[in-house]
Amino acid sequence: MVDNDTRVDFFRQMARIRAYEAALQANYHADKTPQWDIGAGLIPGEMHLAAGQEPVAVGLCANLVQEDAITAPHRPHHLALAKGVDMKKMTAEIYGRDTGLCHGKGGHMHLFAPEQHFSCSGIIGQGMPVAVGQAMAFSRRGTDNVAVAVAGEGAANQGAFHEALNLASMWKLPVVFIIEDNGWAISVARDTATPIKDGSLRGSAYGMPSQRVEGNDVEAIYEACKTAVERARAGGGPTLLEIHTVRLWGHFEGDAQAYRGEELNEATESDPLPAYEKRLVSAGILTQEQADQIKTEVAAEVDEAIEFAKSSPEPKPADAYIHVFA
Amino acid sequence: MTATLDAGTRRVTTAKAISEAIAQEMRSDPEVFVMGEDVGPYGGIFGSTGGLFEEFGSTRIIDTPISETGFIGAGIGAAVEGMRPVVELMFVDFFGVCFDQIYNHMAKIHYESGGNVKVPMVIMTAVGGGYSDAAQHSQCLWATFAHMPGMKVVAPSNPYDAKGLMISAIRDDSPVIFMFHKGVMGLPWMAKNPRSIGPVPEEEYTVPIGKAAIAHEGSDVTVVSVSISVQHCLDVAEELEGTTSVEVIDLRSIVPLDREAILTSVAKTGRLVIVDEDYKSFGLSGEIVATIADKDPSLLKKPVERVCYPDVPIPYARVLEYEALPTRDKIKAAIAKVTA
Repeated sequence: MVDNDTRVDFFRQMARIRAYEAALQANYHADKTPQWDIGAGLIPGEMHLAAGQEPVAVGLCANLVQEDAITAPHRPHHLALAKGVDMKKMTAEIYGRDTGLCHGKGGHMHLFAPEQHFSCSGIIGQGMPVAVGQAMAFSRRGTDNVAVAVAGEGAANQGAFHEALNLASMWKLPVVFIIEDNGWAISVARDTATPIKDGSLRGSAYGMPSQRVEGNDVEAIYEACKTAVERARAGGGPTLLEIHTVRLWGHFEGDAQAYRGEELNEATESDPLPAYEKRLVSAGILTQEQADQIKTEVAAEVDEAIEFAKSSPEPKPADAYIHVFA
Repeated sequence: MTATLDAGTRRVTTAKAISEAIAQEMRSDPEVFVMGEDVGPYGGIFGSTGGLFEEFGSTRIIDTPISETGFIGAGIGAAVEGMRPVVELMFVDFFGVCFDQIYNHMAKIHYESGGNVKVPMVIMTAVGGGYSDAAQHSQCLWATFAHMPGMKVVAPSNPYDAKGLMISAIRDDSPVIFMFHKGVMGLPWMAKNPRSIGPVPEEEYTVPIGKAAIAHEGSDVTVVSVSISVQHCLDVAEELEGTTSVEVIDLRSIVPLDREAILTSVAKTGRLVIVDEDYKSFGLSGEIVATIADKDPSLLKKPVERVCYPDVPIPYARVLEYEALPTRDKIKAAIAKVTA
């Protein structure tokens, strides 16, 4: 059972992620006017934001320690923040600054934070075999650390997903496979791309325990992840979890989402953050003043991170030529 | 058939030119169909299939799961049975997840079968950078495909060639990799050279695969390029008019490479600049230099200048990416060096 202090912490972390994504969204668009240009402004390039998917990151990472690993997909910020990646350095990377996690080389889809064993990739599903390898290293070194591979429901139709599950199960490695099912692979709806409603059924094909978690509820996600992470830590091998969540915004910023129709309204109404806030306030776990105070505090932290990024120096042009080889 | 361009010809984006070419081929040939990620109601992430779903519906414009090995392999299967699939690989960078189907199957089946089996399919794919999409979404990679025998590889620089090359590609009995640079598509949401919108006849016409174009005639220096870099070269050639006479060769096709067009121009000018957004080493620019060296190195009065993407992954930060990308200033400097 989740205690009330944990609930408040869950709310704070989800509010922190949302504040971050909202601030990035505002800043991303702010200097792309009047002609919207994907390559313009202080934050250029593609921007995939995770509003709505905070419960997955927070419920999962509450079970992890710094030495546990995560491979995240192209939509990585919520997982990075929940895993403890430094917000300032991550923001500086997204602003392409020398103080960023990767000195401006990686950008928002290629964040690497080795101290937190956090990485992400812009190629769908391709982080999953990497997590298997991290689990191999943990297992061979005799640690009880766990590697978590996170990918979207669309990625579960990639060969890499199936090969990674097979290997992890065959070798009984400490991996937790998390499928974030937000219902959309860019514009392709889940039910037009995946013939089964419950993707966790695929776990049985590889002889591993699996579960689908409905409701985008941080506490239910926490409990499901707890079981899976504990199993991996104890040497019980991998687990597949398919977690139902929601993509509140476009696939990338600038996506008009005409393909979503009425579903977009339903998604907006299912926003997990105000729902959880209301739940805690009405249960008397948090006063409205305390909730507002938390939101003010996380917004201040985000502002500070963005200020740090904006005031950081750009990399030197000649740095483009270094880091090709170690 | 060659279409005529007159002052009254309407102007469209390269994206529109491509989707129109596919639509016209689909109307006349029921064997043509399209599949790929987000090619349906979305119209292709870079607009290459805009309007097709509305006209042809979901049986001929097929949104796929994120399963490139699966649907590119399925394209091969349909093609060997006589259909003419146009399959979109959203970004060329994603070839890594499906290359076995492409180079060991699509490209080799005709040869392996002693010419008995044809694979008349098109893979169209977005290439190129310049908008901070970083290392996994900004590459050109045409030389990677060109290196493997059995695939034709085309990369238009403008809407007219895009339409004509797409029609040629669909009608070709060999597999064709059709590479459109995002920057030439004329997208409303990406900075673009005005050359990305241009005159395109409404009727069907072909641009021959394997035939370069002299995009700008000149006599002092030959500048060979392809895809978006041609646009930069033309800007420079026009800017230098009156001081340096620049001949810009738009290759349009990488395979087959129009070596004669390169040799003829270099024989005239004696000076060569190659501009290529793909990686510098082991690629197109080296192949062009080898073409001269094989035939007659004495054609060259000065060493060749190569303005290419250096041998580094593509960085995210704008200042780093533009340090590495071919730009007008670098092209001008290279021309100045070979004509000094």
